[in-house]
Amino acid sequence: MARPAHHRPGQSRKAQYSLFAAYVIAVTGAVAGLLLAILSVVDPVGFAQLRVASQEITAPVARVTRSVTGSISGIDDSVGAYVSAGSQNRRLRKELTETRRKLVATSSLQEENRQLKALLKLQETDKSALANGYLLTSTSTSSKRLALLSLGRNLGVMAGQPVRGADGLIGRVLSSGPSVSQVLLLTDVDNIVPVRRASDGLPALANGRGNGDLDIRTLNIANNPFKPGDILVTSGTGGLYPPNIPVAIVVRRQDDGALARPLADPGKVDAVSVLRPYTPDNIEAQAIPAPTAPPAGTP
Amino acid sequence: MNRKGPRLGEPASLWRMRVVPVATVMVASALPLTLPLIANSPVLPPLGLLFFLCWQLLRTEMWPVWVGLPLGLWDDLFSGAPIGTAVGLWTLASIAIAYSSQRIYWRGFFHDWAIAALLVAIIQALAALIAHPHAAHGHVLGLVVPQIIISALLVPLFLRLTGKFDNFRLKRR
Repeated sequence: MARPAHHRPGQSRKAQYSLFAAYVIAVTGAVAGLLLAILSVVDPVGFAQLRVASQEITAPVARVTRSVTGSISGIDDSVGAYVSAGSQNRRLRKELTETRRKLVATSSLQEENRQLKALLKLQETDKSALANGYLLTSTSTSSKRLALLSLGRNLGVMAGQPVRGADGLIGRVLSSGPSVSQVLLLTDVDNIVPVRRASDGLPALANGRGNGDLDIRTLNIANNPFKPGDILVTSGTGGLYPPNIPVAIVVRRQDDGALARPLADPGKVDAVSVLRPYTPDNIEAQAIPAPTAPPAGTP
Repeated sequence: MNRKGPRLGEPASLWRMRVVPVATVMVASALPLTLPLIANSPVLPPLGLLFFLCWQLLRTEMWPVWVGLPLGLWDDLFSGAPIGTAVGLWTLASIAIAYSSQRIYWRGFFHDWAIAALLVAIIQALAALIAHPHAAHGHVLGLVVPQIIISALLVPLFLRLTGKFDNFRLKRR
């Protein structure tokens, strides 16, 4: 049981004043803090530097804990593989035969595609990533979905660059520090990604729900064309995310669109790449070096 | 006379008495960002806030009422919420605890639990609303409800832990 507090300072003027001053400081500080919060919602860039600087402190610890638990979960996986070896073997064999069949079909399509591209003289643009790293940790006590990326300005990572994993889009860089940077994940409530349906190019907007899922809304609200299993990719509209990065798969229809699950789970993805933002000067910069290459056979 | 050894009945060092509570709150605030966990929703309870509230419920007069300003700023740097959210809300919570300790003269365990659970619920809900002013309010509040329930259930554990740290803080040499 807590001891009763002695808040009454008695007759001492000094004690009375210091108690009063403490309350004045607290109330003005609280009001100033809330105003600061509203300011930093309106202008997140100005305060992001302060935050990323403080996260440089925890980043070394996060690197260590990540490397330790990474190896532990690896052990867990290999034990699980032994236990389910028989059924896994059967399933994998079945998958292998199916995949072989598909591969044959695809290789002929690939050859046709190459010939058509050669016919059209399309330039293969440079798709290589700016830098590759991994997600160290993320905020887990607040409703913002921010992850810490193991790369910073030392490797050319800047705010506004898209981040993707092998399976699909992860998010975009919100601010970068000297050796780490903050990534606003795809599933954050404030992250909106212009997407299109992979099958027919139907444009839509993907909006994070904050709990790991995405809301998909069409730009055309007259009908609801989505069905479970639809794959959504980035459309390149808006000029931040390059086109044709896989984003999400539709899980079920909703009144005003669909509920989708991201294809790349940031909790499971191992390595991520930071891409160049899809802006006009970057697109030109990628396209220019190709024609200037000397043709083969010149002396 | 041996001047170097501890003297009988000597109180704990002033340094340790001051540092231990502040250090526990600061470490608890920064701890989620040192774990290799990529969360898809607010899954961890607000550890720093729970310690902050429990210290004040256990030792009402240990800290001045403005202590939420620096500790809240530290928590904001790591929680991901807009900077200033915890500065404001934690300080208002301190004022609420100071007020409640005047109104409820002998606070019991269940009083402490109820006050801490209520304050965590209010602070996390308001922080979520401040962070996402343009999203649907009902949906944003739904995001933090599981976290609030977990935090409310964990309050007794955190009161115990705070008590352990308090014993260490006041241990005589």
